Amino acid sequence: MMRLDRTELCLIAAAVVLAAGGLIAPGWLVFLLTMAFAKALVVQGVVMQMRAGLVSFGQGLFYCVGGYAVGMGGHFFGLTDLAVLLSAGVLAAMLLAMVLGLLLTRYRDIFFAMLSLAFSMILFGVLVKSPQLGSTDGFNVVSWTLFGWSPGKDAAPTTLLAVTLAASLAVALLLYRYVQAGVGVLCEAVRENEVRVEYLGLSPRWLLYSNYVAAAAVSALGGGLTALAAGHIDPEMAYWTTSGEFVFIALLGGTGHVAAPFLAALVFAVVRTYAIEFVPHSWQMILGFTLLGVIVFLPKGLWSLFSRAKAKGAAAS
Amino acid sequence: MTAILETRALCKSFGAVTAAKDLNVRITKGEVVGVIGSNGAGKTTFINMVTGYLPPSSGEILFNGRPILGHTPRAITRAGMARSFQVAQLFPELTVLDNLLIALAAAESPRPSFLRPLRTKARIARAETILEEFRVTRFRDAVVTAVPQGARKLIDIAMALIGEPQMLLLDEPTSGVSVEEKTGLMDTVMSAVRHHGVTVLFVEHDMDVVRRYVSRLLAFYSGEIIADGPPTAVLEDQKVRDLVTGHGHGKSSNKGASA
Repeated sequence: MMRLDRTELCLIAAAVVLAAGGLIAPGWLVFLLTMAFAKALVVQGVVMQMRAGLVSFGQGLFYCVGGYAVGMGGHFFGLTDLAVLLSAGVLAAMLLAMVLGLLLTRYRDIFFAMLSLAFSMILFGVLVKSPQLGSTDGFNVVSWTLFGWSPGKDAAPTTLLAVTLAASLAVALLLYRYVQAGVGVLCEAVRENEVRVEYLGLSPRWLLYSNYVAAAAVSALGGGLTALAAGHIDPEMAYWTTSGEFVFIALLGGTGHVAAPFLAALVFAVVRTYAIEFVPHSWQMILGFTLLGVIVFLPKGLWSLFSRAKAKGAAAS
Repeated sequence: MTAILETRALCKSFGAVTAAKDLNVRITKGEVVGVIGSNGAGKTTFINMVTGYLPPSSGEILFNGRPILGHTPRAITRAGMARSFQVAQLFPELTVLDNLLIALAAAESPRPSFLRPLRTKARIARAETILEEFRVTRFRDAVVTAVPQGARKLIDIAMALIGEPQMLLLDEPTSGVSVEEKTGLMDTVMSAVRHHGVTVLFVEHDMDVVRRYVSRLLAFYSGEIIADGPPTAVLEDQKVRDLVTGHGHGKSSNKGASA
């Protein structure tokens, strides 16, 4: 039996507290939390690649694939079960990543960033030109069920928050182990010195490829959950500004901990919500200043606030 | 005697510049071979070619009698030929311990685990033994960038040896290391190499180091091998004295000479 360490217990506790809070929280907060955590999953995919030294400006591709798989599953195949719809999205994204990864993992730095963006924009172009899929308007997602149970309009948001938190927890626990395991650490090693990895008898490309496919799966899960929460999908999910938003949140949180993207996604959602509320015509400026402040004062992201406090505590004791 | 490494008519050109010309080398198991030559003589090019870093322009490379031309560096490493570098190739932002743990995980399997932790008790114990063997235990938890050059060289070589290679190629193991540290470093390396029963080929500029450790010496000049034999004979060779060690016009006291 696997033993859980302190971090894992903290992650479980945080998920339970949030799920319990969802039962009494107002509707807008439940929606905000669901969307923030779903997007945090996509950001996890970006962060996984950042650890390997690659910045994906096209993670919207898998976010969109996850979302459209959910929408199309219900619309064209009559699927309503949430688990089946989300699994279909994850599977589709993994298959796509297995193909694209063959090419993308040959490239590094700006070339990887731009190529990932290019594939995302190709999907955007295809969707915009597909009237069967609603073109620029997209289409609505059908009502979902959970193992045969239909939550109804009132219980659906809270149930979906619970599902999103459960999925986030599962991903966080897996990624927590992953970043300390062989492939996770070796991806960092590839970022540090690819030549040495090669001369240890390992394939840097295989490591990046595996990481790319895993990141696609996680991001697609986030896309599927977003589609279910919003009840609508459109090609904007694959547009470059959406991918940019994920990179923004990744930088906001930093790569220091698996919980960082969740924290950053929450902060981002709150800042954006209030910025739109108070300065509806220049809310982007508020986000810009927020990122500027984080880059200047917390170059390792919001999570470095916790890391610094922990280091100070350790030094004091 | 069985040849562990053999090159036949190995050539390498970079445009109009010939970096290696018709290199025929045969190294048998258990030998400790030194390579000397002035800068640009083709020593590192030779190591880069046999370890798959550079494709030769023509020729053949056999490792344990099998052709390895066109193989990737990782395939050559897996086949049993490891190398260290002129500038130690480590993971600079990770600790020394993590560097060794990564090398240990790599040695265990070419397909590392997705969920099994890198830091297992068994691996840490093994890494600590290696740190002791290479006398760098005090740097265990230091980030590589905070470790002195000599220790980095030792860690680089230790990482190359972790995969239990049959042959080890060392590219200037004492470069960037102080004169006082050189002997200590080479004693540590050679003791580890003997312990693992590895065939060694190393490029070196310090003739004292060469005399002390090698059983055979190759002298490179302008991409060609101009002398091959026991170190005393090669260092006394007039051509080598004129072109490599720079002692052609004086007595043969080439103590500490830099080629």
